[in-house]
Amino acid sequence: MKPLSVVVTSVFDIFAWFMIVFGVYVINNGHNTPGGGFQGGAIVATFMSFVLVAYGGKKFMTWAREGAYGALELIGLMAFFAFGCLGFPNAFFYNSLAIPHGGTPLSEWLPYCGTISLMNVAVGAEVVGALSLVVYYMYGSIRMVDTGAGMGGERGHDRFDR
Amino acid sequence: MKKTVFAAAVIVLGGLLCGTFEAIHPFGIPYETAMDDYFLVHALSDRSAQNVVTSLVFDFRGFDTLGEAAVLFTALTAIGALFRDGGKRE
Amino acid sequence: MTDSIAENALDFVGNAPYVVVALLVLMSLYAMLTQKNLIKICIAISILGASVNMFLVLMGYRHGGGIPIHYLKGAQESMVLPTPQCLTLTAIVIALATTALMLSLVIMVNKHYGTLDIDEIRRLRG
Repeated sequence: MKPLSVVVTSVFDIFAWFMIVFGVYVINNGHNTPGGGFQGGAIVATFMSFVLVAYGGKKFMTWAREGAYGALELIGLMAFFAFGCLGFPNAFFYNSLAIPHGGTPLSEWLPYCGTISLMNVAVGAEVVGALSLVVYYMYGSIRMVDTGAGMGGERGHDRFDR
Repeated sequence: MKKTVFAAAVIVLGGLLCGTFEAIHPFGIPYETAMDDYFLVHALSDRSAQNVVTSLVFDFRGFDTLGEAAVLFTALTAIGALFRDGGKRE
Repeated sequence: MTDSIAENALDFVGNAPYVVVALLVLMSLYAMLTQKNLIKICIAISILGASVNMFLVLMGYRHGGGIPIHYLKGAQESMVLPTPQCLTLTAIVIALATTALMLSLVIMVNKHYGTLDIDEIRRLRG
């Protein structure tokens, strides 16, 4: 894919980073506000698609790290499973860290809702890795067609000078 | 011709679907709400979570969410196996 | 006062949301049966999944209820049922995974046969 015009790239430079911040906010406040791990992870994973659309395939392939996304995915899934195992004296996925409403917290670093927010973070990491890897694999499969001379090539999407 | 047959079949199916409105509750008045009322009260009192849906997804139905994450991982693995060599194989 | 307004609104709406769901299901089924392009069939399958999600959320609607978040529900006394929304969240993620796999298979079909028309594909290889 060829890069889009300077309008799109300028908007990307200014606003794409706030998109990541907003996604992390949605993940971290999943127990209080609408959202959660899956939704915030999808918002953060939109960033790689935005790179691909705005700056084109070459910059996308230099920015994307397959190993990092795979590690994020695996760490998220394993952490989710481990947080589920925390409640094992009672039941699998029992929320043993939660403090009932009005109770006193064990430590100021632990969230009141126990494993819910920890699982939000874990699932958010997993979804970020998975969706970014999906975009990476699917673009990597059409890259050969994209740059090949026989397929006619692709003109610029929105600029008339090429 | 084929499209006419399909359209007729779809219209008949639509009539059957509209007939099933008699069997479900009217819109806005669910019949059995005891389980959901329990969740609405105890998500805040026992778990200190304001968002009941997130509390339900990650706590009360956590095993379901583990399966969901496994489905996402499996789909990713299948896509990776499909495009293993960058799509160079014809 | 508010109760009478709510009852009037309920009489006005009736079962119209269920009719919308039925229309979406029928439209997606018709598109799946008659379209020849694989991408359009994928879109139809996605619309079918979205209509099922919409049906699940509609089943859990309680009239006059707020959203199931305690400090954001406003002045309503009751909240809508959270369990169908939880099921819908699960279904959305699974639909996303299956859509990604489906589109990847479409990419492979297009590379292998050079076309997306299902009649052409059937004619090319047995």
